[in-house]
Amino acid sequence: MGIDLSQFHETFLEESFEGLDVMESSLLNLDAGDSDSETVNTIFRSAHSIKGGSATFGFDNVATFTHVLETLLDEVRSGDRDVTQGIVNALLESVDCVRSMLEAQRDSGDYDEAQVKSVQNRLEAILGNAESNNEVTEAVVVVEEKNSSNGWLIDFKPHLNMIQTGNDPVRIIRELESLGVIGVKANLEKLPDLDVMNAEDCYLSWEIELYSDVGESAIREIFEWVEDECDLVIKPLQTEVATGEEKPVDTPAVKIEIKPEVDVLNKTDEPVANKATPTRTKATGEGGSIRVGIDKVDELINLVGELVITQSMLGEMGQNFEPSNIEKMMDGLSQLERHTRELQESVMRIRMLPISFAFNRFPRLVHDLSSKLGKKIELKLSGESTELDKTVMEKIGDPLVHLVRNSLDHGLETPDIRKAAGKPETGVLHLNAYHKGGNIIIEITDDGAGLDKEKIRAKAISNGLISESEVLTDEKIYDLIFQPGFSTAEAVSDLSGRGVGMDVVRRNIRELGGAVDIVSAEGKGSTITIRLPLTLAIMDGQLVRVGKETYIIPIVSIIESLQAKKENINKIIDHAEVYKLRDEYINIVRLYETFDLVPDSTSVNNGLLVMVEGEGSKIGLFVDELLGQQQVVIKSLETNYRRIEGVSGATILGDGTVAMILDVPGLVVISRAKTNVNEDKVA
Amino acid sequence: MATILTVDDSTSMRQMVSFTLKQSGFDVVEAADGSEGLHKAQSNRFNLIITDVNMPKMDGITLVKELRALPAYKFTPILLLTTEAGIEKKKEGKEAGATGWLVKPFNPDQLLSTIKKVLG
Repeated sequence: MGIDLSQFHETFLEESFEGLDVMESSLLNLDAGDSDSETVNTIFRSAHSIKGGSATFGFDNVATFTHVLETLLDEVRSGDRDVTQGIVNALLESVDCVRSMLEAQRDSGDYDEAQVKSVQNRLEAILGNAESNNEVTEAVVVVEEKNSSNGWLIDFKPHLNMIQTGNDPVRIIRELESLGVIGVKANLEKLPDLDVMNAEDCYLSWEIELYSDVGESAIREIFEWVEDECDLVIKPLQTEVATGEEKPVDTPAVKIEIKPEVDVLNKTDEPVANKATPTRTKATGEGGSIRVGIDKVDELINLVGELVITQSMLGEMGQNFEPSNIEKMMDGLSQLERHTRELQESVMRIRMLPISFAFNRFPRLVHDLSSKLGKKIELKLSGESTELDKTVMEKIGDPLVHLVRNSLDHGLETPDIRKAAGKPETGVLHLNAYHKGGNIIIEITDDGAGLDKEKIRAKAISNGLISESEVLTDEKIYDLIFQPGFSTAEAVSDLSGRGVGMDVVRRNIRELGGAVDIVSAEGKGSTITIRLPLTLAIMDGQLVRVGKETYIIPIVSIIESLQAKKENINKIIDHAEVYKLRDEYINIVRLYETFDLVPDSTSVNNGLLVMVEGEGSKIGLFVDELLGQQQVVIKSLETNYRRIEGVSGATILGDGTVAMILDVPGLVVISRAKTNVNEDKVA
Repeated sequence: MATILTVDDSTSMRQMVSFTLKQSGFDVVEAADGSEGLHKAQSNRFNLIITDVNMPKMDGITLVKELRALPAYKFTPILLLTTEAGIEKKKEGKEAGATGWLVKPFNPDQLLSTIKKVLG
């Protein structure tokens, strides 16, 4: 029956990638000397499943490779082989190989065959059978001589307990019938009297004559499952008649060995360096599927049910509407609103995944890098179950890797330096995630050397980012490392110096509507805090009016709104005004100027200021009127129009008009630039 | 038509077995590991059980032992799906009371002909 196995490929690949992740994290937990532990079993099981599946679904290269991997794991599992760091490393590389092969399969791309072959050779070398690497593909074909007689005599004596294994003798005899014509003679000799008979035992035996030209092996195959539960004698019919003697049942067989073409695999005339590691951009599967818990789906179905009920109620009311029903209708509408919001939240929850998906690559990264750098580093993960939108998660992956690499490379010190500084030899890198307001916060904390303020300052001066006379707060100094073209690493290292600076990290995070800050204490370590929105699709916004236009300020960035008092407004230079809020001076940004509009009033005095925070600084946005608050669906301006400074996106309001969403960090930067320019003028 | 329980921790293998059997008109119930399989076997009545060997929580061999200890499954055919062509696992499975085995990799046709062999 033609079943198309390719329909199961996606599931197989998905579960294999999960299996590889499990293998990887288990391997990282595997200490040298560990053997028959549950960890080894888990690793074995994953490899075993991948091997079984890949063979079934026709991914022969994966099956061949995992077979070797499995053999090694089996030896470890059974205690025949000790776990050494060398084995763990080889196994980790094998995980990478299998992953690259499966990714190539999924993306219809290529993988580095030479690399896979070399890892396979290493595994085989460990196994001690590097010579016999053809073992897996070796096929043995047995060509059997045809039975020269016209059939077989089969003496089949089941043991008493045979039917207790679910094997039915009648079923076996019926199957023999499919090979030819049979004559069956039942032997009732052993059948006891009814009163002593045990219904669960098999007392009968059979003598079967099979008239057919099949070979003996075909018959043996039918009895394969019951070999140990019966006495079986198979003889050619004629011989029986002619001599009455039992002849050896073994039929002579001819063995033909087929040697695989090993050379094909060893062909490495292409230089390895040319074969760049296949990109893993698609590894995140942006268009892929997500697994959703049944509870989430059930909740959706429930809510849709509620919506349908409300809708039909309102529909009925609309058909014969009476003014007296208006209250009922209002109730119905507020119910509709509540359900819509719940539905929206549930739908959004479907896209949420625990951040462990982003965190789980770090144990491996830290393991590999710390040994490369000669550092001792303990990685702590917490808040892994904190949920985050899938798209945000995919996009935060690379910036996170960069920040962690930075901490490992520049932050944490080598054991001897740490010892000299009176710190424990092992440095601690802590990744933490939690929800705060409508945001998710990710913290990367290390107890390393911390940032060297003087060095940063000197570098910034030499790069022309700041002037020598400029006095900066600590935060402003730390902020410098996020400026384009800034790098304090004395030598470009293999790890961090990849041409990607912290400015790119910050830009990526900002593109997600997030922010990144750094706090550091010299000699004690640094904490980098990333703040991200939970989702990119919807946010809570404060609607404000400037002239005839409506703008939306993300509620998360609003600190407070106030009516400006004259005595608190200070004009410092040309166009720069500050507002004294308690003991802080906050730059005022006149939105009508930024967006070139005609406002109701150009006087800040008695006007409305919305205090917002972004990029670690506060600014006061001068607006004409505060309108309502509502959830807005974010539409990209870049996709639909083009990028505009100070605007992060747009949305469509209830009345159909388009409103711009303000980019608070962007406005802070603009305001900062303006003050700097003016300061220069003054200077 | 017969009702079959398929136990496998691999979703793709389970789907493949289940799909193949359903296409042939069998009723199929799936379980992701031995203990789930045992639980489902206790609350349903199956004519045949097909189980993987290597699984978390409870492996296939233990599942066979547990099932054979239940009066309802004393004679029910139980097939092991195994990649271990080696004699050892088969022997272990037989000793536990398994009816027979099907060696991975197999295709849907091989699966069906094996099942026919057991269910007649």
